Amino acid sequence: MLTYLIRRLFAAAVMLVVIITVVFCIFFLVPKWAGVDIASSFVGKQADPAAVEGVRQKLGLGDPIYVQVWEFFKGIFVGRTYTGGGDTIHCAAPCFGYSFRSEQAIWPVLTDRFPVTLGLALGAAVLWLILGVSAGVLSALKRGSLWDRGAMVVALAGVSLPIYFTGMLSLAIFVFGLNWFSGTYVPFTDNPGKWFTGMILPWVTLAFLYAAMYARITRATMMEILGEDYIRTARAKGLREPVVIRKHAMRSTMTPILTMLGMDLGALIGGAILTESTFNLPGLGREVLLAIRNQDLPVIVGVTLITSLAVLFANLVVDILYAVIDPRVRLT
Amino acid sequence: MTAPLHEPTAEAAPSAAEEAAVASADAKAVQGRSLGRIAWERLKRDKLALTGGAVVLLLIALALLAPVITSLLGQDPNEYHENLIDPLFGTPTGSLGGVSGDHLLGVEPVNGRDIFARILYGARISLLVGFLSALVAVVLGTILGILAGFFGGWVDSLISRVMDGLLAFPQLLFIIALVSVMPNEMLGLTGTGVRVFVMILVIGFFGWPYIGRVVRGQTLSMREREYVEAARSLGAGRLYILFKELLPNLVAPIIVYTTMMIPTNILTEAALSFLGVGVKPPTASWGQMLSSALDYYDSDPMYMVVPGVAIFITVLAFNLFGDGVRDALDPKGSR
Repeated sequence: MLTYLIRRLFAAAVMLVVIITVVFCIFFLVPKWAGVDIASSFVGKQADPAAVEGVRQKLGLGDPIYVQVWEFFKGIFVGRTYTGGGDTIHCAAPCFGYSFRSEQAIWPVLTDRFPVTLGLALGAAVLWLILGVSAGVLSALKRGSLWDRGAMVVALAGVSLPIYFTGMLSLAIFVFGLNWFSGTYVPFTDNPGKWFTGMILPWVTLAFLYAAMYARITRATMMEILGEDYIRTARAKGLREPVVIRKHAMRSTMTPILTMLGMDLGALIGGAILTESTFNLPGLGREVLLAIRNQDLPVIVGVTLITSLAVLFANLVVDILYAVIDPRVRLT
Repeated sequence: MTAPLHEPTAEAAPSAAEEAAVASADAKAVQGRSLGRIAWERLKRDKLALTGGAVVLLLIALALLAPVITSLLGQDPNEYHENLIDPLFGTPTGSLGGVSGDHLLGVEPVNGRDIFARILYGARISLLVGFLSALVAVVLGTILGILAGFFGGWVDSLISRVMDGLLAFPQLLFIIALVSVMPNEMLGLTGTGVRVFVMILVIGFFGWPYIGRVVRGQTLSMREREYVEAARSLGAGRLYILFKELLPNLVAPIIVYTTMMIPTNILTEAALSFLGVGVKPPTASWGQMLSSALDYYDSDPMYMVVPGVAIFITVLAFNLFGDGVRDALDPKGSR
């Protein structure tokens, strides 16, 4: 178990370095190759060349690539100093740079928006696991029944509906039509009760798509496992059916589900962006969309990095859970 | 060296011919069927999949004929009909968002553009991006997947790590960010052309690991099979084995994953346009129609229902068809 943990941690550390490098290259080098000048996009369309040159110096855009990457890393772990254009700014770690538009440091913006997205994603994940897995298990146990067919039709519809369309429909029906919810976001720290009721629709909307996918997968996996020899053995031993299902079948069913969960955490961020923009939640997704509209590159980079790192961390947690559920994993 | 079995010697010729005739009669009774034929026969029995397939064909036809159909109806996707708009609220006059004989699905709020015409033109963008980005993903995924599975060693480790990494990334975020940092002119393309081109490339690039993983796994298991060994022992080169022995056996899984990838890509394109980084107005696209409908979900719900249902039907049809194709091509399935 310990070697497994150490190996996972090491792999995560390597991924961390790779992610930071890749993100840097995507956002600072791809535009360069494509002929977009970052310094002039910072200053604005009709800028005088001197100002553009100052920005280029300050951000180190004229330096060789490895120097730029190094400075970027240094900023994140120990902080960096920008010099050029006549003044010097020190940016403490973790430094993700300054917004091109508001000229504010990016880190506080990220820590301000992060809890909203985290709350949305976590709540939705819990909801979809409960809904999806239980619907899938029930379908597998009562195969061919009305319940099974109904659940699978709903699941198929669920995977075919865009999140923002479900979101808009639920806004139209439950907020505007029935007036059940207010449709405005209240921060958790202001009023936990109102925060919870305000998040119900976004959670259900985001969870619906994934619950549908997980129901389909759980059903297929469960059906396969129920046909295995060790299930027959368990039944032959005289164990009651609920025990067979819970202790024997569920444990193996959860392994592929957990693998999927690890892979879907990245996709969950995408879903969260769409949900946030539909329900107007002040999270990272809305922040990155604003930044894209304003061509505010450092904010885009900051959000991309912080979410990638969150996904990396969550995957580490999933890997550890994996080892707890499936003892075979620890040996490899 | 023994003589090849089916080359009869002169004396044995008549009896051999007879045997051959008997054998061919036997073959007719059993009838060897190719995988494609078996799959097609199974697919023909699957009503849901056939319905899905028919809807997909219909959508493709509608998208291709969009200019013809709209001009037959006397409509244009970009023509304003401000006389149909309530000047006070900006919403269409008449019931159900202005549905009439002229405007089959009503008109847009504020400027009164014909929704049916815009839906047809939007289908062109959706299907174009859906199909071509799947093609990009299939080509990349097949090549890299085969390379990883066939050569193994560090090639495999490198490609596999890259695939794992790409799959774990928050893809939509990267796609959004990448699409938005791409320039507005490229290879002589401008406007909608360059947006569509960029979307195809970026969505395709993030899709290849799904195909790559499957192809790698299949290649890995097939590499050790007897028929590959046989080809190798007969002196076949690596390229021959790759193209003549492995690739034909990969066709089935590749088809399955491609049909399942197209609806996902259509959803991604719609999401990008919804978020305002995909196709820019006035070009019609479903996602962008939904995003402008967000402001009217209470006053003109028809405006959001039409593009939403269009996406839903399209993706559902592809999913049904894809499920059918998967079941039909599954060698474990009942024959």
